[in-house]
Amino acid sequence: MLNHEVEMDYALKLLERANLEYGDVRFVGRKSERITTKNGVPVISISDSIGVGIRVLVNGAWGFASTNDISKKGIKKIAELAVRTARASALTTKEKVVLSPEEPAIGRYETDVKKDPWAVSTEERVNYLIDCEKRMRVSDRIKLTMGYSEVWEENKLVGSTEGARISQRFVETGGGITAIAIESGEMQTRSYPTSFGGDYRQAGHEFFEDLKLLENAERVGKEAEQLLRAAQCPSEVTTLIISSDQMVLQVHESCGHPSELDRVFGYEASYAGTSFMTPEKLNKFRYGSDIVNIVGDATTPGGLGTFGYDDEGVKAQRFHIIKNGIIAGYLSSRETAAKLGQKSTGAMRADNYNRMPIIRMTNINLLPGTWKFEELIKDTKKGIYVETNKSWSIDDRRLNFQFGTEVGYRIENGELKEMLKNCVYTGITYEFWRSCDAICSQEYWHLWGLRNCGKGEPGQVMRVGHGTSPTRFNNVRVGVGKW
Amino acid sequence: MVDIVEIAEKILKMVECDQADVRVMGDRSHLTRFANSQIHQNMYEENYTADVRVVLGKKIGTAKANSLDDASLRKMVDRAVKIAKLQKDRNDFVSLPGKTGKLKKPKTFVRDTASHTVVEKARAVKKIFEVAENYSPVPLAYGALSTSVQELCVANTLGVSVYGKHTGAKVGICMIADEGDEKGYGWSEMIHMDVNRIDVEAVARTAAEKAVGSLHTKKIEPGEYEVILEPLAVAELLGYLAYAGMGALAVQEMRSFLCGNLGKKIMDEKVSIWDDGNDPSGIPMPFDFEGVPRQRVDIIENGVAKGYVYDSYTAGREAKQSTGHALPPGSGAFEVGPLPLNLFMKEGTMKVEDMIANCRRGLLVTKFHYVNIIHPVKTIFTGMTRDGTFYIENGKILHPVKNLRFTQNVVEAFSAVKGLSRERKIIGGDFGVSVCPHVHLEKFHFTGVTEF
Repeated sequence: MLNHEVEMDYALKLLERANLEYGDVRFVGRKSERITTKNGVPVISISDSIGVGIRVLVNGAWGFASTNDISKKGIKKIAELAVRTARASALTTKEKVVLSPEEPAIGRYETDVKKDPWAVSTEERVNYLIDCEKRMRVSDRIKLTMGYSEVWEENKLVGSTEGARISQRFVETGGGITAIAIESGEMQTRSYPTSFGGDYRQAGHEFFEDLKLLENAERVGKEAEQLLRAAQCPSEVTTLIISSDQMVLQVHESCGHPSELDRVFGYEASYAGTSFMTPEKLNKFRYGSDIVNIVGDATTPGGLGTFGYDDEGVKAQRFHIIKNGIIAGYLSSRETAAKLGQKSTGAMRADNYNRMPIIRMTNINLLPGTWKFEELIKDTKKGIYVETNKSWSIDDRRLNFQFGTEVGYRIENGELKEMLKNCVYTGITYEFWRSCDAICSQEYWHLWGLRNCGKGEPGQVMRVGHGTSPTRFNNVRVGVGKW
Repeated sequence: MVDIVEIAEKILKMVECDQADVRVMGDRSHLTRFANSQIHQNMYEENYTADVRVVLGKKIGTAKANSLDDASLRKMVDRAVKIAKLQKDRNDFVSLPGKTGKLKKPKTFVRDTASHTVVEKARAVKKIFEVAENYSPVPLAYGALSTSVQELCVANTLGVSVYGKHTGAKVGICMIADEGDEKGYGWSEMIHMDVNRIDVEAVARTAAEKAVGSLHTKKIEPGEYEVILEPLAVAELLGYLAYAGMGALAVQEMRSFLCGNLGKKIMDEKVSIWDDGNDPSGIPMPFDFEGVPRQRVDIIENGVAKGYVYDSYTAGREAKQSTGHALPPGSGAFEVGPLPLNLFMKEGTMKVEDMIANCRRGLLVTKFHYVNIIHPVKTIFTGMTRDGTFYIENGKILHPVKNLRFTQNVVEAFSAVKGLSRERKIIGGDFGVSVCPHVHLEKFHFTGVTEF
């Protein structure tokens, strides 16, 4: 836990004297050790940072300033700058910011760590990843192998002029492996447990051990090689079964982002875009079929979007975004919730001390259904099963999406058949989710950790969680070309 | 003020190893963000970071910190040494760069940009809202106006010691015109090192005209169309091409579209693309993150693949010299490798109106959104159009259209170019800064359409 109570008291006293409507102070200390191995060579990136950000509300407008200088001099300078910045913002105010009421929170939160990841030697993790790489090199066609592991820790102290005082410690671990096969201008990738660096969790080293990267390495290499000779994904409209790891991107892009209430109100219009989930659709619009239930849940044990309190001091919550297929709620802040006459759902998160909190995903989870995966395949006469994200793209209101996956398999008469490469599927968000007719059960449900959600100006990268299980959709357009 | 050169020297003195280099960076930036024609986020940041890379034989270790007191710097150095000792030999590592070539000194700093205040920004933003009032229906403005001062010092134990101070100013404006159920979107932006050269009112007018002109879109069927890409859309494709394959590591790892194509004509002869960190018509960055002077590198010349960019590591593997395109050391540089961050595309001879007049059946594209790489070697990219897409038939703009999704081999698209504009624009993107003209492509493959 951060030990900057004295500096916090000093900063809050400065704000109290400044005659503000509201102010909060956030000290953030971070350290990380990221290992990437490639073709047997490791690169280890170690980073350490600390700083403070101050956000104030003056004359109904926001100002924010931050620094890595946490001395009294540094704090005083940015406190004054934050106030000056807010006063400048107020020059254009048409509608003053109103915050939804919140009892000032006093609290602590700490990740449940069983095996301290910092006690595990860097060398041990490097050697493990290199061993994984060796197993992935099943032939000369495997030209690139990669291993990933990260230990990440954030300690945060938040205080507000309303009296909130919260101390939190987050520890995350995880990793993954990737094999790339190249031959005659063709390049195919296979990853485990998922792409873009693997899977991550708020946990200790026990999570990294449970990933069983070594046990899966040879299979990953073989599949990458097989993909070079796999059949091209056909262009057709068909039944699509999506793996749990690919469902992460589906939920993230087509439900998580459009449910952010700042997007709905246009705050991100110039950059990431807006949302089709506009307020008049709340409790009315059919987003998906009856079996689709999606929650925002900052209380899911171990999620990258799990915390005790958000960066405005609002307690972690679980609430429905989609209930029985209908839009039921938003990820919100105190400012945006007040516009709907609601209370915040606690989704204000900042990427480090030098960024202003904005609405971010917590853990956006698709609740499990009732199907066993094997029965789902058996129940499908004709279709395609896809796994592991390779590319993603969606329009700026989050309607037209297109995702590519590392691998697919043709389904015929209830059986998985030959492997398919270059699988791409596309659709319109609500049409797609309305065609959902089967979701696998808790047994197949997995909580995934995504470390690279981008949003905001200046850019903010957030770590979020998604719980999903394999899911079936009908009449989906797959394959949009051949290459 | 922090003297970052002094800090860099101090770090180097702490290091005991075969070779080492350090980077100390300072950043002071203001960003004023607006939505619904009022400022909703307004931020100031002052930050310093340092990183060190130490070399023990062929073992390399790096560490990074943002506390610059002696104890913290010592801790950072010790951690980098500890990491290096744990490393495996990088057998193909040759050396960190020595002092090579003369550093050019293009203008990179403008005092007025550095001293631009939050109140000046608020007043400038107010002007944007006033411009919108001149249009019917009055569009609402969304966007950001920012200025920054960035300092970078790179020094190493082989005698390299360079310092640069850069200013930047940028405005990006999205206007949204609202007419009942109909919404029209328009975008324009401008970037320059001199805030005085940012004409917020002109940018606002372009965005507002596009927004009002984008009302009442019609849906057209996906398929193959000619496209006239505005510089922002060109820059987006160019940036992803650079990321996918204009660096030496991508070529060495056989994941680049340039593999096996050097000396071959892969694009239309009207296309020339190069990187030049010293050209004052862009945003100059005269040295890279290893302190090596940036060289001009021709990547495509008259449609022929000519070369790619190097850092010291990838250059060492081919017994060549770095071209001055290193990223900061760490996992990013290890995975991606050197990148061209100052791309230029050669201008043509045409006026934009003549390009439109020369278009039989096509689309005028303001901007792309959420571009992603489906297949890097084959340069298959996908993405959406955004903020102003218009249908052209027989040389005339007929109407705005609902946004479309493209799925396209981008190298192939640039192999049939009908024309390039003589005017170019500086564009700041995810992968550095580029200077691009309007480009008229004969064929572009749209595979989907959205609802707005």
